[in-house]
Amino acid sequence: MKNKPNDLILQTVTTMISFIIILFSIHLFFAGHYTPGGGFIGGLMTSAALVLLLLAYDIKTLNTILPFNFRMMTAAGLLISVLTGAGALLFNQPFLTHAYDYFELPLLGKTSLHTAVLFDIGVYLVVIGVTMTIIQTIGESE
Amino acid sequence: MLNMSVYIALVAFAIAMIGIVYRAIKGPSTADRVVALDSLGISLIAVTALFSILLRSSVFLEVILLLGILAFIGTVAFSKYIEKGAIVDRDRHK
Repeated sequence: MKNKPNDLILQTVTTMISFIIILFSIHLFFAGHYTPGGGFIGGLMTSAALVLLLLAYDIKTLNTILPFNFRMMTAAGLLISVLTGAGALLFNQPFLTHAYDYFELPLLGKTSLHTAVLFDIGVYLVVIGVTMTIIQTIGESE
Repeated sequence: MLNMSVYIALVAFAIAMIGIVYRAIKGPSTADRVVALDSLGISLIAVTALFSILLRSSVFLEVILLLGILAFIGTVAFSKYIEKGAIVDRDRHK
């Protein structure tokens, strides 16, 4: 308590930059089908934004802002990926067969929707969950 | 003409990075090395941009933004370690 550091500049910068990093990670995630990117690097960038919040604040504040259990997030991501693979079995196709089609969405116009995005959401959640579990576990040990 | 100037810029950045690596090895204090690593990352961004000009491709633009974010987070983590000795706090107010 004796020399309490004043992190005002770091905290102000973090509140603005973490949103930019999260937007960039969402862009990387959705651009992954046609340009470089995808679930893995998108998840890593999202956890980089969360790590920046951890650096500027502390573990207790991050748990207040985002009350997620990151181990459950890993499990949910694995479940989504496995269910996406198993969904092909309902249509008499081999495991992990993907399908796509073109849809007319109200705001976006003609869009191709692919079930590989669902698989990628699973990868995204697993990467965030594993990275944040590792960092929080190391940070909490005395 | 464009290729020639890009090559000249690449050589200039290579010389600058040699100087930065010299400072990272020789630097007497830890803070010198941290600043040297930060500027090495920024030079790497410039080299990536020059290579994407040279290869006539725009797929490296994500790499540029990524390296900027990673260099910033790494520098913040190192400076917090220098200041406090711990990178992640459990409770800031205790």
